[in-house]
Amino acid sequence: MRQDIGDGRGDGMRDKPTGDAALLLLADSRLPAGGHAHSGGAEEAVRLGTITGPEDLARFLRGRLATAGLVTAALAAAACELATATADHPAGPYGQADGDGNPPDAGTGAGTGADPAHPWRRLDAEADARTASPAQREASRVQGRLLLRTARRIWPSTVLDTLARAVPEGAHHPIALGAAAASAGCDPYQAAMAAAYISVTGPATAAVRLLGLDPVTVHRLLADLAPALNDAAHAACASLIDDVVPNGPAQNGAIQNGATHDGIAQNSAIQNGAPANGAAAKARGSGWPALPGHTAPALDLLAEGHLNNPMKLFVS
Amino acid sequence: MGAQHDDLHDAADPHGRALRLGIGGPVGSGKTALVAALCRSLGPSMRLGVVTNDIYTTEDAEFLRRAGVLDPERILAVQTGCCPHTAIRDDIAANLDAVETLEERFGPLDLVIVESGGDNLTATFSRGLADRQIFVLDVSGGDKVPRKGGPGVTMADLLVVNKTDLAPLVGADLTVMSRDAAAVRDGRPVLFTSLREDRSAHSVAEWVTSLVNTWKHANAHDHERTTPTTAA
Repeated sequence: MRQDIGDGRGDGMRDKPTGDAALLLLADSRLPAGGHAHSGGAEEAVRLGTITGPEDLARFLRGRLATAGLVTAALAAAACELATATADHPAGPYGQADGDGNPPDAGTGAGTGADPAHPWRRLDAEADARTASPAQREASRVQGRLLLRTARRIWPSTVLDTLARAVPEGAHHPIALGAAAASAGCDPYQAAMAAAYISVTGPATAAVRLLGLDPVTVHRLLADLAPALNDAAHAACASLIDDVVPNGPAQNGAIQNGATHDGIAQNSAIQNGAPANGAAAKARGSGWPALPGHTAPALDLLAEGHLNNPMKLFVS
Repeated sequence: MGAQHDDLHDAADPHGRALRLGIGGPVGSGKTALVAALCRSLGPSMRLGVVTNDIYTTEDAEFLRRAGVLDPERILAVQTGCCPHTAIRDDIAANLDAVETLEERFGPLDLVIVESGGDNLTATFSRGLADRQIFVLDVSGGDKVPRKGGPGVTMADLLVVNKTDLAPLVGADLTVMSRDAAAVRDGRPVLFTSLREDRSAHSVAEWVTSLVNTWKHANAHDHERTTPTTAA
């Protein structure tokens, strides 16, 4: 349920639950973050005759949501969770060693040793690993960079500064979106919803512009997708820490109180060189490899074809 | 945690950066020709960068690169997703990113020109993107266009009416255009050009030079200045 996932937001970056209004702002196509110039493969699909009208478009959108949409939603949720957990404690357990020879805090004191940028690079690498097409990777990074530029002025926060520093060439779009969502006051579920929503509204709008489709018909298609959007956002949160840690009713309260409290506990455990016990020792971020990784070869091919089309109107 | 070093330019803070000049106007009015002319005239004395916003990706950028008026690497193209005015007004993120990329790669620069995609009379540059803007019309669009107004015609810092050489051929009355433009522009300047005959756009280049000098002077001596907006 939504409450199980989301209501820890009071422990996040804002004291008041501002998430709903922030979600609207974040998902609005009027957010000045460069999204209007991305078609998510729709332009190439139109060029190839794969999308010719509302029926084709509906199938395209449904497929996109079930694959790329779900993956970006899950990454956005994970990024939002990471941002929320590290907002007040940047050297929390997300900063722990990843097995690649990047040690965490050397034990010199709370929050002074671990590089807060490190978990962001790890999560960004998870996004990279889930994006097969180089053209899509580039488009995603451009969108992420533009979103971060915009979000840092609208919802300034240390976390967004850290992310910008961690991936200077531009974090992947869902990572930037999740971090921006947290800074805006959204919870992971809302971040996932924004990502899932954007994954279909961008292509839908592009199709309206490129084919001159009836905008009301296309919005009807989007409305028909509402249940699937809910499902995608929910599924996107399945791999988050709240589900990684077994959470019976008794533990719910602990989780809601927070991410950050857990963070401190785990952090000191790590700093003391003593592994924390049981499931709670499972570091945040350990679930990232299990995030959805659905592939959409058709979207990959569309992205690559689009890159080579000299007559394109959209960035992707 | 202390604040991180913030490497993000704030668009509202003009201090220490190049003047950003928007050039907008309808399709075919001569925007790209004007950009090429300005590069020809100003290139020898100024450090320039150019961002184009084409309908089709790189058409204008390629034209400028082939024209050989500027180091091709100093010309970046931005895609606008069928909505050229959105990219210069409502959502300027991609253009700002391109402008700052040029400044990072080649800076410090004196002037960055942002050429909009061909659009209609309602298009205008956001103040978050352009410090000053030129709107380019041409006489073959009809001598009634200045009277019709629109933000580009009425609010641009400079209105350029191009292709004066065609006036007799299309029956356009330059006097009417001049009078109508003056009536809606509240004293802001209007220049008539024929870029086909004057490939260096002499008068416009002079206006831009003066603008850049004023900008530099203001930035060097007036740190209080915070609003790079058009004077009323």
